[in-house]
Parts: sequence; C-alpha cells; structure tokens
Amino acid sequence: MTQKLVVVGNGMAPGRALERLFEMVPGAFDVTIFNAEPRTNYDRILLSPVLSGEKSYEEIVIHGDAWYRQNGVTLHKGRKVVKIDRASKTVIAEDGTQADYDKLLIATGSVPFVIPVPGNDLAGVLTYRDIDDVNAMLIAAEQGGHAVVIGGGLLGLEAAAGLKARGMEVTVIHLMPTLMERQLDAAAGQLLKRELESRGIKVVTEASTRQIAATDPCLGPPRVAAVELQDGTSIKADIVVMAVGIRPNAVLAKDAGLATGRGILVNDRMRTSDTDIYGVGECVEFEGNVYGLVAPLYEQASILARELAGAPGAGFVDKALATKLKVTGVDLFSAGDFADGDDREEIVLRDAARGVYRRLVLKDDKVIGAVMFGDTSDSGWFFQLIKDSVDIAGMRETLIFGPAYAGGGNADPFAAVAALPDEAEICGCNGVCKGRIVSAITEKGLTSVDEVRTHTKASASCGTCTGLVEQLLTLSLGEAYNPAAVKPMCSCTELGHADVRRLVVAKQLKTIPDLMQELEWKSSGGCAKCRPALNYYLLSTWPGQYVDDNQSRFVNERVHANIQKDGTYSVVPRMWGGVTTPGELRAIADVADKFQIPSVKCTGGQRIDLLGVKKADLPAVWADLNAAGLVSGHAYGKALRTVKTCVGSDWCRFGTQDSTGLGVRLEKFLWGSWTPAKVKLAVSGCPRNCAEATCKDVGVICVESGYEIHFAGAAGLDIKGTVVLCHVKTEDEVIEVTAALIQLYREQGHYLERIYKWLDRVGMESIKAAVVDDPTRRNALFEGFMHSQKFSQSDPWAQRASGSTDSHEFSPIANLTYMEAAQ
Amino acid sequence: MTAMENVWLDIGTIDDIPRQGARVVKTPMGCIAVFRTASDDLFALNDRCPHKGGPLSEGIVHGTSVTCPLHNFVISLETGLAQGADKGEVATFPVRCQAGRIQLEASQLARSKDAA
Repeated sequence: MTQKLVVVGNGMAPGRALERLFEMVPGAFDVTIFNAEPRTNYDRILLSPVLSGEKSYEEIVIHGDAWYRQNGVTLHKGRKVVKIDRASKTVIAEDGTQADYDKLLIATGSVPFVIPVPGNDLAGVLTYRDIDDVNAMLIAAEQGGHAVVIGGGLLGLEAAAGLKARGMEVTVIHLMPTLMERQLDAAAGQLLKRELESRGIKVVTEASTRQIAATDPCLGPPRVAAVELQDGTSIKADIVVMAVGIRPNAVLAKDAGLATGRGILVNDRMRTSDTDIYGVGECVEFEGNVYGLVAPLYEQASILARELAGAPGAGFVDKALATKLKVTGVDLFSAGDFADGDDREEIVLRDAARGVYRRLVLKDDKVIGAVMFGDTSDSGWFFQLIKDSVDIAGMRETLIFGPAYAGGGNADPFAAVAALPDEAEICGCNGVCKGRIVSAITEKGLTSVDEVRTHTKASASCGTCTGLVEQLLTLSLGEAYNPAAVKPMCSCTELGHADVRRLVVAKQLKTIPDLMQELEWKSSGGCAKCRPALNYYLLSTWPGQYVDDNQSRFVNERVHANIQKDGTYSVVPRMWGGVTTPGELRAIADVADKFQIPSVKCTGGQRIDLLGVKKADLPAVWADLNAAGLVSGHAYGKALRTVKTCVGSDWCRFGTQDSTGLGVRLEKFLWGSWTPAKVKLAVSGCPRNCAEATCKDVGVICVESGYEIHFAGAAGLDIKGTVVLCHVKTEDEVIEVTAALIQLYREQGHYLERIYKWLDRVGMESIKAAVVDDPTRRNALFEGFMHSQKFSQSDPWAQRASGSTDSHEFSPIANLTYMEAAQ
Repeated sequence: MTAMENVWLDIGTIDDIPRQGARVVKTPMGCIAVFRTASDDLFALNDRCPHKGGPLSEGIVHGTSVTCPLHNFVISLETGLAQGADKGEVATFPVRCQAGRIQLEASQLARSKDAA
C-alpha cells in the first residue's frame, strides 16, 4: 500500500534520499515536499562557481520541475513548515497548507551563524548559504567597492575569491591566527594566505569584530559603511559577508518535542526519537557529531532510503572526511586528523620554489591525516590510505612522494586505483562507484573527464575525485587518454571553448586584442579558427558594447553572400515563412536578367537562390532587390536561416493552427542575431508534419490544443529527430519559449556547435529548467534576446547597397590592366 | 625589361585596406591581392590559392598568414608557401608604403607577365 512520505526541506540530502528511494521502490511512497525556498533542488556545493561567474544557476540545478512531475512528487515551493503535530501526524506550513504523513523526514539543513555584534542587522550584511545570498552578493558586486568577509574558513574564502573575481576589493578577517584552521595546519594556512594575498585579497588574522558601522543616516537609509575591529582598526565595507559557520536548524524538531542536542538526535538509521520521523543532512546530530560536507550527508541519504524501502544494510558511521577549496587555481586538500600528539609521527615535504607543501600524520604505521597545498594530484590515493587504514610500513620511505613511488621497484602510479574493487566509491558527492565509471567509459566510448561527468555525474560536484576519474580513464583507455585533453579551441591556445566563454565573462574581456593578451594567446593575431569564434563570443556576451570585427569574420558573413567555388557569390533574399508574391518574383526575375545571373534555384528552406553573382555586382543586385522590399536572407551566416512552413489552417483540410502565420511571425521576430552555428526552424500545421519540423534546430508542430515545441533535430552530417521541449497554448508562448531557448543557446553554445550538439553536451535537464520550468529565468533570457536584437535587426544588404558600409569590399583598389595596352 | 626596373606604381593609400584585410589590384595577368597586417606590414600575392584557385584576398588574415576562404589552406604572406601539411606556392610581388601611399613594383609584374 502506498505510504504518505512528507519531507520538510528540499536540499541535497533529501534530494539524494528520494532519488535512491525511487530507484529501489518506485511508487511505494506518495511524496510531498515543503521547500522554504521558492525553487527546486540545486547543488549548494557549487554556489562558489556561480558567485565567481564560472557556472550559471541552471548548471547547478540537480532536479528540475520535470523530475518532481515524473516521480509524482508534490513540491510546495516557498512554503515553510511551522509546526509538526505528531499526535495527528500532520505538518502545517506558514500559509496554512497542511499535509498528513505516515513517515516524516526532517531535512531543515542549517542556518548561518551571525556573530552578535552591533550593526549585524544593517542593510548590506549578508550570509552565504543559498542562491539568494549569491544573488544579493552579485547585485552588490555590480556596484564595485569594498567587501569584507568575516570568517576565513572554506565558505568565507570561496566567497572572498568570488567577490574578487567580480571586481570588488576584498578583505577577509579571521579570528584565528591561520586560515581554515579546522582543515589545515599552520604551515598550509600560511601558504594559503600568501596565495590569496598574491591575488589581491587582503587577509587580516587574529582579528575580532567589535561592531559594524553604519553610513550617515542623513544620507538615506543606513547601511554598512565599515567593519571595526577590537583593536580599533576600521575597514571600509560596502558589503559584509558573514561566513563564520553554520548551526543545525533543529527548531522545528525541538518544538515538536523530538530529542535534540546541537542538532536533531538520530540513530545510525537516521531515525529520530519518534519512530515515524527521520532526519537527514546538516540538521541532524549523530553520536555528538554534526556534518556540513556533502559526502557524509549523501551517505546518510542512502542509509535513510534503504531504511524507508525496508532494505536496511550497514548503518551510518562517522568517517574521515576530505576537504577541497573550490577556488580556481588554488590547489588545497585536507583529510582526516592532523593534530599533533605524542603517539603520532609526521612526514613533511616542502618545495618552496614550487609552492608545494605536503604533510602526512601517521599513527601506528597508518596514515590518519593528510594536508596538501600546491599539488594535490595524489590526494585521492592518500585519502584512500586513510579510509582503508592501510599499513604503510613497507612503503614509508617513499610514501610522501605519492603512489608513483609506492611498492618499491614496480612503481605503478595506478596500482592503487587498479586494485580498487568495482563497488569502491570514487565520487562521494554523487555516490558513483568505480564499476559504473569504468563501464560508462568503455560502453559509451568516453575520452575525457567532462564526458565522464556528463554521463555518470562523477567529479561533477566538488571535483575532489577528478584525479581518480582521470586515473580510471588512463586505466581504461591506456595511452589513448590524454589527461590534458580539454580540447583546445585551436593551436593558438590551450583553452577550450567553454573556458574561453567563461573567462570572457569572469574577466570582463571586451575586445579580441585584450582577450588574446589576458588569456595568453600563443600566436600574434590568432587564426582563422579562433578569430571568428572569439568575435562571436564577444558579440553575444556584450551586445551593444562590442564592435563587430569584420576582419575576424569568414568571407560570407563579411560580404553577406555565399562564396562559390569560382569566387562568385550566391544571393538568397528572405521570404518570410517561405511566402512570396508575384511582385517579389518579378523583381527576382528582373535582377537575374539584368545582371546575367547564370542560375536560379529553389533551396531546401523554401527560398530562391541566385547563383553566380560577381562580387562587384553585389551592391547593385541588393539595391534592386531592396527596391522590391526584399532583404537579406542570411543564407550565409551563423544566424537564423529560414522558417519553413506548411499552409496550415488557411488552406489545408487537416491544419489545426495558422502554421504559415506563426512561421512568418517567428521569422520576423528572430532574424538578425548571430548564433553559434546556423539555426533553421519549421512550423507544421498538424502532426503530418509537411514542413519537416522534426529535423530542425527548432520545430513547432501545431495540434488542436496548441503547439508542441521541439528542438535539437538535424538532417545534415548527422540525422536526428527532434526532442519535445514543451507544449504551449498560444502563439505568444511559442515566441517567448523559442526566443528564450535560442538565447540560452547563444549564451552557452560553442562556436560552430549546432543546437543538437549543445543539447548533448549540457543535457536536457538544465535547458528545460531554464527555458520551461522557471518563468523568471525564461523571461530574463527573453529580455536578453530582445536586447541583443536591438543591435541586430537592420538589413545588411541595404547598408551596403547604399555604399555607406564596407564600400572597399566590392571594388578593386586599383586597375593596372592598362599596362598591357601600354606595351 | 631593364627600363621597367625600380618603377613603383602607386595603387592607393594604406587606409584603403583595412587592417587584417586585403584589396585586389587588377593587372594584365590577373588579380594581385595586397594584404595589410595588424602591424601595418604590406604584402602582395597572386590572388589565387595554389589548391583550387580560391581568392586569397577574401581570406582571414592572421599574423603574416592568410587562410583561403574555400578550403582553409594557410598561405604565408612572406613566402607565398602553403603552411602545415599542405603543399603549394603562390607568386609574391614587391610592395612598399611611401608616405602613406602603397606602391607595387612594375618590373615584377612585367617579368611575371613575360614568364606567363
């Protein structure tokens, strides 16, 4: 019989527990979730990359709305539970929503600790806990100015690095003598401090905050102005981020009379003092410990799922934990226990010139703690030694140098990984074991860490296990695996397209020369591969600011016609939705006669192609076509090409909607903006699909109840049917969704990557989350597209026919043919 | 032939050619592409790719090379030689800039014509 499971909280731990539960016993529970945040489940570990601009919110969504629908989960967004009535087995939300439960799961997470000093409630004082906090920081960072981060732990330092990347002046103040003292020893803390200072972040240690000073109240509503320390120092601040720690959020459980300490007390099966109520995540306390890192929380989630499914296995045990700081370019790792003690020994390796520091703490010939800074490549191996309590007596002399030297003469760096059983967990965040990764590599032919991430989620969250995944790739593929294989854009750089796009935003790069300088391009002026790509990235990232560089465009986009094998050009005027008139046809015929154009042909996209036009004739050809109202069809560009239509309800006895009219509307709305690769659309008036919409980049199929929006089809080098994005009721919605989809593609696509390849790379979930499930995000994309269109919708032919643009293109600089006559 | 030596023909100003771009000069034996690099160096080459005759003047100019628009042959502007794994050579011509004016040397054009 179906049981009612109510979940309070919608973070990563309950999300993982439900995933496992649905896998084990699909349909056994009727699930209702209350989420105080107005959104679905996202990856909080990755808030820092969002803050620094390396990832977008969509990229960190774990479950989109579709996931909840598919699993029959009722998700109450933005509704905070205020009471649990254990007698009637009911929970009640702030707005009065109620739900009865057979089993209740409390996953209320934690709350950030705000230090009790005067001024801690001023406007501009932020915490760092959820995406709302990140958004608040991003808004503040747009104004520039000074940020003070209170707390030099993991979160505080990631916040500091993110705010610095966003262009703020950042000071970190920390109560203890060294940074991250809970995870690092003093030496590594010192190296970290130096590294951060070299990046322009000020670090003040042994600093205790006395108060947060406000702006002059005469100058408007007071907000933060400075942080004042006990020693009297005052540090200017436009925002203050409190990142001094978190506390389990156990209030709801305590009010309901459950046993609590620092958190909600649970046993090793995640059960609270009430047998029908469970707890999971940062809100629980187990044997005196509370947890804030993802690996143990996911472990709890798995145990909880097994318990609910009636298939209990091993219970939860407190284990060694590993930490990695997610600041790009800072390599830092710590695991286990590294405090000094009489019964402990240590091995230390320092290479000051390379900024490398390694320290292992040993007890009874076992590694119990490890700290690494500067080179963390062997961290996975050391962490495994700690977790498995391996006796290291035999390899002690070379232990510090890592697995390459382990085992004496037969040095095999991969022996440790090769020896792992298939069920050994590689990625703690996402619970992916070795066997699953290896079979994905061999069965799906994966060749890079990125591909492994896409297909298995291993190494897709905190990234601590990236080294292990790389070793598995090497073991599976041998020499065919090149670990440095982020496929570079071209031979001018080591960076891949994704890196370049990210860095354009993060470093605010706005011209090609600036970009090449800043990203250390290896050639002086790029090449014919990277220049058009860079031009597109800058143009799509900074609409209205970046000046299009014609000399970085392929000839077709520079002269707005298609070069042919003999150096002549083809000219395709736009025929909106494939509809034309006798007047337009007459004008085309006249132009063909007048300029002796040798070939006139219909294209596959319902247009007419004039082939064999001499370059010098182009402006005059365009002028004549313009005079008849015909404009450029962009048949030559990485842009909207054509919207193909059938005749729809206007004529066809099967037509359900006005497919022709909608096609014309779409084409008039979408033409002009540049895209990563060409974009072709079609609208069919019924599922018979005469416009062949299901092999287009975006295809619309009209049905009685509205419109099915499809995308990611292809009928070229690859043949692919489209996938359905969503169903909408009105033409206006078709336009909004299509524009948002194309804008997301414009922002994320790699140059020359068609929509179907983009989908393969980023996955359906993230696209749907942005374009369909989240109306706010969809609207922002739509507005972004509209903004870009402001600078794009003017006919390039008219500009050139009038001689006002690029007149040098269409005539020789000089004519020396008289020389022949002179001789 | 000697009468033509050191005769420089004026073909226009440097500003007539965009940086990292090219313009064509029509001559008795065909089109010559005159290139201007990002650092304002000038080069003149036969405007026919050795591969399939593509117009090099329409290619993307990068460093001191141009990429043919038809099939991406990369040609050195300095030597006229195809770069990388591709084989082929394009005739080059002396060109200079004097007080902002671009000049082509006539003798080369004539000699080439004689050769042709």
